[in-house]
Amino acid sequence: MSSVHDWEAPNPVKTNRSGLIGKAVDRYEGPLKVTGTAPYAYEVEPPSPAAYGVLVTSTVARGRIVAADTAAAEAAPGVLLVWTPFTVPAQAERPAVTDFWSASADPALEDDRVRYFGQAVGLVVADTLENATAAAKLVAFSYEQEPAQLVFDQHLGEARDPPGESDVRVGDFEAAFAAAPVTLEGTWKTPLQNHCQMEPCATTAWWEGDKLTVHTSVQMVRRTQQGLALTLQIPKENVRLLTRYIGGGFGGKGSSYEDLTLAALAARALDRPVKIALTRQQMMTVTIHRPATVMDVKLGATPDGRLTAMSLITTTHCNRRGTFTEHASNFARSLYAAPNRLTGHRLVKLDLPHAGAMRAPGEASGMLSLEVAMDELAEKLGMDPIQLRILNEPEVDPETGKPFSIRQLVRCMKEGAQLFGWDRRLPTPGQVRDGRWLVGFGMAAAIRGNFLLPARCSFFVDAEGVITVRQGMTDIGTGTYTVLAQIAAETLGVPLGAVRVEIGDSELPPAPGSGGQFGAATAGSAALDAGMNLRKAIAELAVADAGSPLFGGRPDQVTFQDGVVAIENRSERLGDLIRRAAPDGLTAQGEIRPAADARNWSQHTYGAHFCEVGVDPVTGETRMRRMLGVFAAGRILNWKTARSQLTGGMIWGVASALTEGNAIDPRYGSLINQDLASYLVPVQADIGELDAIMLDEVDDKANPMGIKGVGELGISGAGAAVANAIYNACGVRVRDYPITPDKLLAGLMAKGM
Amino acid sequence: MRTTITVNGQARALDLDPRTTLLDALREHLRLTGAKKGCDHGQCGACTVLVNGVRINSCLSLAVMHDGDEVTSIEGLGTTEALHPVQRAFLTEDAFQCGYCTPGQICSTVGMLAELEAAIPSQETPRGAKPALTDAEIRERMSGNICRCSAYPQIVAAIKSAAEAMA
Ligand code: FES
Ligand code: FES
Repeated sequence: MSSVHDWEAPNPVKTNRSGLIGKAVDRYEGPLKVTGTAPYAYEVEPPSPAAYGVLVTSTVARGRIVAADTAAAEAAPGVLLVWTPFTVPAQAERPAVTDFWSASADPALEDDRVRYFGQAVGLVVADTLENATAAAKLVAFSYEQEPAQLVFDQHLGEARDPPGESDVRVGDFEAAFAAAPVTLEGTWKTPLQNHCQMEPCATTAWWEGDKLTVHTSVQMVRRTQQGLALTLQIPKENVRLLTRYIGGGFGGKGSSYEDLTLAALAARALDRPVKIALTRQQMMTVTIHRPATVMDVKLGATPDGRLTAMSLITTTHCNRRGTFTEHASNFARSLYAAPNRLTGHRLVKLDLPHAGAMRAPGEASGMLSLEVAMDELAEKLGMDPIQLRILNEPEVDPETGKPFSIRQLVRCMKEGAQLFGWDRRLPTPGQVRDGRWLVGFGMAAAIRGNFLLPARCSFFVDAEGVITVRQGMTDIGTGTYTVLAQIAAETLGVPLGAVRVEIGDSELPPAPGSGGQFGAATAGSAALDAGMNLRKAIAELAVADAGSPLFGGRPDQVTFQDGVVAIENRSERLGDLIRRAAPDGLTAQGEIRPAADARNWSQHTYGAHFCEVGVDPVTGETRMRRMLGVFAAGRILNWKTARSQLTGGMIWGVASALTEGNAIDPRYGSLINQDLASYLVPVQADIGELDAIMLDEVDDKANPMGIKGVGELGISGAGAAVANAIYNACGVRVRDYPITPDKLLAGLMAKGM
Repeated sequence: MRTTITVNGQARALDLDPRTTLLDALREHLRLTGAKKGCDHGQCGACTVLVNGVRINSCLSLAVMHDGDEVTSIEGLGTTEALHPVQRAFLTEDAFQCGYCTPGQICSTVGMLAELEAAIPSQETPRGAKPALTDAEIRERMSGNICRCSAYPQIVAAIKSAAEAMA
């Protein structure tokens, strides 16, 4: 069985002889992206011109489709096909139980049930996009409506433990909280949020005989490809799924949607390529969202600031048929020491679109409560919020008692405080003015779990000495292409320009894809293994080849640098060796599996956010003026792309605090914000000066490279720092996110400002 | 409808459905897919191109309205071998992640720099002053281009370094 100790041996990433690991190199696929020549799924050139599919969505929240009138649509110009649940071709049935990690059938237009407003219920395919769009409006459904449960707040009483889960208790929380000399208690609310990836989900599909090719925009290659084969009831070898460029994922493309299945089915029915993209409006309901939460926090402390009791109970929602739970209490299990603890989740079933994972599921919502509660408690205790956190820094995981693999939270807070100028913060709110603005500082901690999943990879070296990395991995803007190229170049001692990276294809060695900030560690560790195996194969080739200056040497003494293989002063170019001794090139496979004992450590990434806001007491407007995040997330593979992911996450946190959220129209069950004009993601003018700094760190329990993920750490806690800064600026706490001017004004007026 | 549009310096004769947007004419008819469709409603800027040197949301404009116009799309600015200074700056400053908003950001930047050059003021410009390339001006003028990956700080840095390189 494998152990984390197997990872202690030196390897080329750790040794970093060429210095490529960590280097801020430009994105591998960057030149294609800045010239607009990277083909996203809808832009791929099929073998013959594609027909255009447009989805039709439901206009009721719950009920049954009793009739579908497709005559007008079918008669409309250019229309090639109209499908409803009554006419869609047969597909496999949806299994009663599905789990996220295994492929399962996902039939489209599967039955006459409407389970939420905006569910895909029809498809129109036409010769042009204009004709398909116009005809889609002509499909008329009659519904038998059923009463729907739509408004989360009205159904909190129906909340139950999520399936198979119960609360986690340590000590006696109730007694300790009742006895605590100082307590803080509150309820925080976060709204439903939409991913709003800039690229709407899209698929281009075509068949050649019984072989299907689909280009689609998904985060997980293998699971999606196998799921599609199951749905279509065809052998999985007959489905090739490609997803080379993905216009943002953030968890929302961890699943696939009707565009994929219906494009494949329609292409088969019409015997020509078909492409389907969701509209921006359809993205809001056809895809998943981050569900709303209600979080109850209770903290008990001694007068000198030691936590004695801590509780976070999250209530959230998912679709009546769904199983997803927003685990917003989980992070609290490892964050602060408190001998008596209670954490758990409650789930309400609603007739809303499917809840699912969105960037840092759990932490992104959860830290908006506890990290503000800590700020409030610090004020109650008359302590600095950093000091309160340091005082409650646990030596081991406070729930499980396991050692931390490495934990540099305190260092993040201390270095951040210094760089940000935290000492200039006045603890009493409302003391600093800058023109019409009240100015305040806030901070919050960041924590996000770290994961490693099984993955494979292959490396190929050709007669030019060029290394090709092949892996069924994805790059959703995270930098996968780039870090795989860096690992390959460093491992084989070749320049970056001598590496090709092929990912996003189901024919390549499988990797789990992008999500849960496990991508770089998982894909990269498999790549490192493949690279080391290729090194071995090359070394053995060289010493066994009579034509090589390395002939007769020991394979373990072969070094790789600058495209040259050498044993001491005997050397030759890698390309020369391969051309002579293995003219067809050499391939090596690699694999990573989680270590059997990895769970003996509590393993996370950490950080600290610092924010300065201005609040206009007249309008209630908040401006993020300055923000700094300091993070500890293992060895960093590429300082440029890692920083970008962290700053991007922080900006998501700012949006969660200030603008972002959707609401349900209680009359119809529709989402009120249906597009990017009403669903407020940040724009350039919303974001002030903002930076992220990464501490030196190696987590030797994480994987052979000692790296961890950063894609979700940046958002974790960021919004809480903004909320705390707002309080420091103006003395108003709003516990119902986002903190919009209307809510802030009400608080300001109540204070007589 | 017959329409002739000069795209990236080349006259292109098209026979278009009058409902076809300029964006779809570029993407689906001319197969110039650099301009992206993020919302199709003029809300995100992913489809930004230059029409007679002025940046517009090409999804909000019907192609047949552009008979005789000169359109520059991202493909007309530079190639992977010969990047435009703005493209190069976006690459080196890491001013994108997924890349889907990027062609729009870059076309928008080129248009915006021309607006600054022409001393067209924005809300951030002090009254009576000639607008300067400050962070505040950039943020204000680039707010029509959403980047959900939120590369905003990097985009500001890229625009400043591009402007310097072009000066
Ligand atoms: S696609 Fe044109 S503005 Fe969004
Ligand atoms: S780079 Fe992804 S939206 Fe801007």
